[in-house]
Amino acid sequence: MRLDIEDVTVEAAGTRLVEDVRIAVDSGAFVGLVGPNGSGKSTLLRCVYRALRPAGGAVRLDGDDLHAMAPRAAARELAALPQESSAEFDFTVAEVVAMGRLPHRNRTSAEDRAVCARAMARTGVAHLAGRGFLALSGGEKQRVLIARALAQRPRVLVLDEPTNHLDIAHQLDVLALVRGSGLTVLAALHDLNLAAAHCDLLYVIDGGRIVASGPPHDVLRPALLAEVFGVRAHPVRHPETGTVQLLFDLLPPAT
Amino acid sequence: MPGLGLLLLVSLVCGVGLGAAGIGWADVFRFLWAGLTGGTVPATDAAAYTIVWEIRLPRAVLGAVVGAGLATVGVAVQAMVRNALADPFVLGISSGATVGANAVILLGAFAGLGVWALSVSAFASALAATALVYAVARSPHGLTPLRLILTGTALAYGFEAVTTVMVFGAARGEAARSAMMWLLGSLGGATWARVPLAAVTVAAGWAWLRRRAEPLNALAMGDETSAALGVQPARLRRELFLVTAAVTGTVVAVSGAIGFVGLMVPHVVRILVGADHRRVLAVAPLAGAVLLVWADLLSRLLLAPAELPVGVITAVVGVPAFLLLMRRGGYAFGGR
Repeated sequence: MRLDIEDVTVEAAGTRLVEDVRIAVDSGAFVGLVGPNGSGKSTLLRCVYRALRPAGGAVRLDGDDLHAMAPRAAARELAALPQESSAEFDFTVAEVVAMGRLPHRNRTSAEDRAVCARAMARTGVAHLAGRGFLALSGGEKQRVLIARALAQRPRVLVLDEPTNHLDIAHQLDVLALVRGSGLTVLAALHDLNLAAAHCDLLYVIDGGRIVASGPPHDVLRPALLAEVFGVRAHPVRHPETGTVQLLFDLLPPAT
Repeated sequence: MPGLGLLLLVSLVCGVGLGAAGIGWADVFRFLWAGLTGGTVPATDAAAYTIVWEIRLPRAVLGAVVGAGLATVGVAVQAMVRNALADPFVLGISSGATVGANAVILLGAFAGLGVWALSVSAFASALAATALVYAVARSPHGLTPLRLILTGTALAYGFEAVTTVMVFGAARGEAARSAMMWLLGSLGGATWARVPLAAVTVAAGWAWLRRRAEPLNALAMGDETSAALGVQPARLRRELFLVTAAVTGTVVAVSGAIGFVGLMVPHVVRILVGADHRRVLAVAPLAGAVLLVWADLLSRLLLAPAELPVGVITAVVGVPAFLLLMRRGGYAFGGR
């Protein structure tokens, strides 16, 4: 299923947070969204998983307007890992994963159990099923939330900085898990090297507008990174794997 | 679950059988049977029959209804504002009802409504408080949890100030006592006439909430998670606010502000069956009903024939029980 963000504009209290953004995610593609803090990444993604309604433009799934669909129908097609982490209620891992079944109607509990068990097995959290979600480590939590998203049986997955607060092994692990799901993925990412290594396409957002897009190494050029992120980037080739990595310094202060 | 239902039945029977007037169990069951089947009792038993059928039974039943209502609303409000410290009274609705009730007790307002004046006035002022909290808490982002709590708490202080002024300005002897009774909550005014409306409202509110157990789970995780799962958090919270306000207003109108049940029963139930609202909402009303029937029984037995406010008993019995359960471990409320 393809995801198209068409000229989406978001306004809050008279300010434009996101302006005329166009993003196309092909069926099965992994598209990354990068940009500095406050550039509108999360706001844009909120429009996609329907926590916000855009002031203009449309989000389409295979051409259908997502915001015109019934909420549960939309949630059967598109799942999300938002950034929020509420910690008031001590749900077990199995209960958190089972929430992914909510959008589905006319289901049996046997079917729910089977789908959830499969989702937990795929993300390697089956052994945590009876544990309290709040007591898990950051990496385990993300795996459980991915299991919840898979239990929705969606065709599109939206992730808002899924690797935040994770150590490097868990960052790679989470992205590999998402990549391996085979779903159409749109993810906001902070780590540019990680984004370059995992995404088919990158979109760079700055000040609520898309300023560049394309294959990662065409997009992440030193001139653009200086302009958008205010850093000096040095591409270097990994001596063993040959992949290009970026090293960063702050730009020297303008005099 | 069936065990808890049986326990409630036993509790109700105890609530009817025990009391200041010593009536033998054989007579109690005979009167209950007569009442249920429309039979007759000898004229010499009329006084005892009246105590069992017209005073103790409606009181026990109303206690069960109020306990179930407070526990159910407590569960819903905690999920609605995503706060483990919330209870049915955090939104200021009970403080509003107290203003109306005390206007009747102390100032003789609505005297034309006779015995209904207290309930009507309490419910009307609960509705007014609801409307006020709703109007103030609204924002372009809907009813956000923190705004709701802050608005409710702030307005509750205002309502309580009004009540205090009335108590200080107008209370004389017995009126001050009944105002106090109302502030702490009491089932002393229970009659059959008060039962049906409260029972129907609590049952309808509970049924409505049960059908939304899964959306409540999502809401407890967060608004964005809810949206991603196909729940509309703003709309759900608006509906929850209205339903919980209606149930709270009705319950408070017949029993005053009985504390502790709505705050602690949800936690006790979560300790026992976990946080999933599908189970919590099945168990909480029964647990609340059992707790309040026993608390009310103790409140009339301990200093018989005098009565303690039932809120005192719920606290004296409930607090240690709750702390013990909590200490037993494994329960993380409000995070770790």
